[in-house]
Amino acid sequence: MVRPTNSTPAVELLRVTQRFGEYTAVADVDLRVDEGEFVAVVGPTGCGKSTLLNMIAGLRPPAAGEVRVFGQSLEGLNRRAGYLFQADALLPWKTALGNVALGLSFAGTAREEAEARARGWLAKVGLGGFEDRYPHQLSGGMRKRVALAQVLIMDPKILLMDEPFSALDVQTRQLMENELLRLWEEDQKSVLFVTHDLEEAIALADRVVVMSAGPASRPIGNFPVSLERPRDVTEVRLTEAFLEIHREVWGLLREEVMRAHGQA
Amino acid sequence: MDKRRVRLLQLALLVFLVLGWEFSVRLGWVDAFFFSKPSEIALRIFEWFKSGEVYRHLWITLAETVLAFTSGTLVGVAFGLWLALSPVAAAVLDPFLKALNSVPRVILAPIFTLWFGLGIASKVALGFTLVFFIAFFNTYQGIREVSPVVLANARMLGAGRNQLLRHVYLPSAASWILSSLRTSVGFAVIGAVVGEYLGASAGLGYVISQAEGVFDTTSVFAGIVVLAVFVVLLDVAVSVVERRLLVWRPEPGQEGGTV
Ligand SMILES: Nc1ncnc2c1ncn2[C@@H]1O[C@H](COP(=O)(O)OP(=O)(O)OP(=O)(O)O)[C@@H](O)[C@H]1O
Ligand SMILES: [Mg+2]
Repeated sequence: MVRPTNSTPAVELLRVTQRFGEYTAVADVDLRVDEGEFVAVVGPTGCGKSTLLNMIAGLRPPAAGEVRVFGQSLEGLNRRAGYLFQADALLPWKTALGNVALGLSFAGTAREEAEARARGWLAKVGLGGFEDRYPHQLSGGMRKRVALAQVLIMDPKILLMDEPFSALDVQTRQLMENELLRLWEEDQKSVLFVTHDLEEAIALADRVVVMSAGPASRPIGNFPVSLERPRDVTEVRLTEAFLEIHREVWGLLREEVMRAHGQA
Repeated sequence: MDKRRVRLLQLALLVFLVLGWEFSVRLGWVDAFFFSKPSEIALRIFEWFKSGEVYRHLWITLAETVLAFTSGTLVGVAFGLWLALSPVAAAVLDPFLKALNSVPRVILAPIFTLWFGLGIASKVALGFTLVFFIAFFNTYQGIREVSPVVLANARMLGAGRNQLLRHVYLPSAASWILSSLRTSVGFAVIGAVVGEYLGASAGLGYVISQAEGVFDTTSVFAGIVVLAVFVVLLDVAVSVVERRLLVWRPEPGQEGGTV
């Protein structure tokens, strides 16, 4: 797929550092996500992937450096971004329908319209008929899908996803991955996708970024994935090109994972 | 353990205690003057309701309880919201609130009577000082315990300040507030009855205190029984409301995956 190379990036991190007290989680990170680009970030646990997303979302400003969104320096919350959190983030006191309709109702959409669209989105994520369930009455994977619908209904230009599918079983997971790719190809969102799963990263992304083990973690590898689109995430895994990229990235990632384990 | 068995055992225990009491008095083991008799107490209650004189007192106590409960809860919740969302005010007021809350309320009763007279107002004031702090502390805690992820999610979805209050803070605090309501009702009753007991011209507390004045133990116990039933009924009413409003909360041990 051909991508514009000189346009303003959707997200750009310029020498960004984040600290928690004395602890430096990420240091001097440079990262860019072009408009319409799908970037996956992999790295050992605790290296600072969620920390990066939080900064891009504007939830916690960086200790140093700059976050730019479509060329503009980010201040406050990132209004262009939808954020699928790693932890459960649904409102427990609202039904699945109420949760998905939430963003629209915040924006002042009439109740009937918001609910009608929310119904449509619940059906899209395979949860038609579960409208009236409260989060505690749904399984972990179902909750994740409600959360996905909750974010996508707002049609954000930038999509931040923090291990969105790790709670799903393999079949549902591949369904959702294909669905995500289809949605993304439809309207060219810029996606920053965090995952533990290197195969998932390669199957989905245009580019895989590898983070070093913390502390002071930063990107140490940048691997373009030139598998052809549209892709089927199940089939693409079997291709020779896929395996080759996997070998290449894994060589680097394994070292970092071992280092992270060694420290723990 | 099944519910019916427990109920049966409870009933048996009650019958045993009442009969034991009745016969201890009848057989002269204990003095009827000090302990009265269940049969006499039941008769007294029956007379009260038959003649209708108890309704006035019940009504007064109920009015005091409801007024203290609602005013204390509303003001307490509003205050809790305010302090939880403005850390500076919370830091400044913290020692004052702790000091105020440590005052035993009974000693306030004479002062309230002085300020607000012998009528309903002084009892409502006493109940208010009890209920307010319960509602306040629970609201404050409930809001401080809002899940940061849920909060961040609502903000990312575009919630403004008022929307956060309505859709995140209040519902999150609601489970704390609602589960404190039953305690609050109990304390509202205590405020009313203690107030009446120490100086009033009507109400269940007044009835009991009058009866004690003339050593009428039968009426004292009758008053206590009526009061106990009154509190139990209020408690049931509140827990019905609580269950209605908290449908979203998992029952213990039912979390997730009930599909
Ligand atoms: N609020 C916080 N206070 C203190 N330390 C924090 C905080 N949030 C994150 N950290 C630390 O920063 C580092 C990076 O955390 P982060 O959650 O970004 O990791 P991650 O890469 O998302 O890990 P995982 O893959 O397990 O989700 C960790 O060492 C963590 O302990
Ligand atoms: Mg994380």
